[in-house]
Amino acid sequence: MSLSRRNALRSVAAASATLAAPAIFRHAALGADPITVVGIHDASGGLDIYGQPMIACLDFAVDEVNAGGGLLGREIKLINYDPQSNIQLYTQFATQAATSDHAAVVHGGITSASREAIRPILRRYKTLYFYNTQYEGGVCDRNCFCTGSTPAQNVESLVPYIMKKWGKKVYIVAADYNYGQITSKWLTKYTRDGGGDVVAVDFFPLNVTDFGPTIQKIQQAKPDMVISALVGGAHVSFYRQWAAAGMKSRIPMASTTFGGGNESLLLSPEEGDGIVVAFSYFQEVDNPANKAFLEKFHAKLGAKAPYLGGELAMRTYTGFNLWAAGVRKAGSIDRMKVIEALETGIGVDGPPGRTVLDGKTNHVSLDVYFAEVQNHGFKILEHFANRPPADTASVCDLAAHPNTDKQFVVDVKI
Amino acid sequence: MSLALAVGLQALTGVAMLLIISLGLAVIFGMMRVINLAHGEFLMLGGYSAILAVRHGVNIWVAMLVVAPLIVGLLGALVERLVIRRLYGRMVDTMLATWGLSLALIGVVSMIFGNTVGGFSAPLGSVDVGGFYTSAYSLFLVPAASVMVGAVWLVLRRTKFGLLARGTMQNPEMASALGVATERVYAVTFAAGAALSGLAGGLIAPLSGVVPTMGTAYIAKAFITVITGGAAMLAGTLSASVLLGAVGVLATFLTTPVLGEVVLLAVAIILVRLLPHGITGRFFRRAL
Repeated sequence: MSLSRRNALRSVAAASATLAAPAIFRHAALGADPITVVGIHDASGGLDIYGQPMIACLDFAVDEVNAGGGLLGREIKLINYDPQSNIQLYTQFATQAATSDHAAVVHGGITSASREAIRPILRRYKTLYFYNTQYEGGVCDRNCFCTGSTPAQNVESLVPYIMKKWGKKVYIVAADYNYGQITSKWLTKYTRDGGGDVVAVDFFPLNVTDFGPTIQKIQQAKPDMVISALVGGAHVSFYRQWAAAGMKSRIPMASTTFGGGNESLLLSPEEGDGIVVAFSYFQEVDNPANKAFLEKFHAKLGAKAPYLGGELAMRTYTGFNLWAAGVRKAGSIDRMKVIEALETGIGVDGPPGRTVLDGKTNHVSLDVYFAEVQNHGFKILEHFANRPPADTASVCDLAAHPNTDKQFVVDVKI
Repeated sequence: MSLALAVGLQALTGVAMLLIISLGLAVIFGMMRVINLAHGEFLMLGGYSAILAVRHGVNIWVAMLVVAPLIVGLLGALVERLVIRRLYGRMVDTMLATWGLSLALIGVVSMIFGNTVGGFSAPLGSVDVGGFYTSAYSLFLVPAASVMVGAVWLVLRRTKFGLLARGTMQNPEMASALGVATERVYAVTFAAGAALSGLAGGLIAPLSGVVPTMGTAYIAKAFITVITGGAAMLAGTLSASVLLGAVGVLATFLTTPVLGEVVLLAVAIILVRLLPHGITGRFFRRAL
């Protein structure tokens, strides 16, 4: 056979048509234009320890819905943006998602700082926003659905639990931005409510890596326990230096953030084991739905499957499915119709248990688990079903005041 | 009293830490006037080398003190040959090139190892200083830093290469005219600076843990120390480390970690304002 240019071109064209056929046919079967969903999560930079598992779960959730025939007969097209742990890029990508991608919904934001950067933008451009991270609570905005756990769900039950176990004197170390500042207020409130005493609260900028002076200060204060709300890769040094100073066996520690990303994998068992945390999901949660999910997740991603640790990644999966349930109920991707459908109190069952939207706050009721770090993973200690977002509910009522657009902060004097 | 002792020791380790993370940068900047913005990534690579060596069964001390500087030193030699050599005397261009290098190194390491690598714990356990527990390993940083500074001083003062290097630093044209192979001097100096950064990375790995982006947390402090120190490379870095390290630790201890950082930066700014040529622009002028 002679290989003329024309022949070669023809065979290449034929081959590519054959290769592309399944995609074209599938696309045709799912209707004309796909629904655009945008994810904005840090895939690089200091926050990638949280971002990468979240992206993996969002990808997985979208593929799952597409494999099941898409939404309203249309395929979902997911665009993932990487803001590189940089707030400026968050605002840029949020604007892009709203104005040029015309996203039906944006899922994303990891730190509360990033959420507060993009929430107003997405509200202004009337683009639906899902924030799927455990956070400090209080956001009251009809356009923004917060599907992670908040202090009334995790801290309120965790603090009495550890105070009963360890004592009443608490030393708090927290990241120095809105999450740490507000969470430490909630920690202080619940400690005092339980008759305890907060001896000190220390805040750390996100790039601090030397915790030596603080470790001496903590020893001077002699608390019964330390509670950490530290965030990001640099702050992992705290747990290391704490263990290296031999403090781990002397003063127990709990955390509102540890394990949200992959902190437990970064530390050796001698450094991490025994830290008590509360999240609305752990990879180790033992129920049939989680087992089935993990089997599928690992079958799909193989060796690349990230450890899901605490709730951030799973909340992203659940958040996407909540939105999808809203779209199905509304029968449309129109923003107001979806919001109204979601606010009827839609719920989804999944690996973490049942998640139900609360239409007054746009937050969710969810199950909460206490766990202890054990050999790079978690040992589940307690399970509380169906905890409502009582903190946000005490200040926010979107049914009565649908135009509210602010984050309420609990008023605790420290 | 025991508290004062504990805080004093903490200040000492703070100083040692600053010295360790800045020395490699100081050597490269002081000797060659090359601003190495990839310094943080050299530290990071030192940390990774140490961790991977430990994983492959190498003794932890050998991994930190030998493998880390060796590997990063070799990388430094390569970088000098491929990038830096072409940009001598063009300070802004080297800044850009090394900044690009820094981004590339972060990217490559993330691609190869991912963002999660389990570290190793600090050896030596903890010691009881009058009721206050401190990591014995962080105390070990003090002699380690002393040995590093001492070694650099010895090489520069007591060896033939040191003499040639100092000559090249003072007047490259004259040194070259007198038959010194200045290119080789620069190459060796850059590799040595990189090796010191690698050693620093190995030393801090058990205390900080290792992630691809860890360099960004250290580079600013290293720069501030070197710039505050001024022209005399060793005396400058040493005096700036002592001043800033002690001030940072004490301020953190007496106030809050946030204010501690602020005070450290404020002191550095005031110093550079009052002594535009750094501490050694006014004091220890004739020192190394």
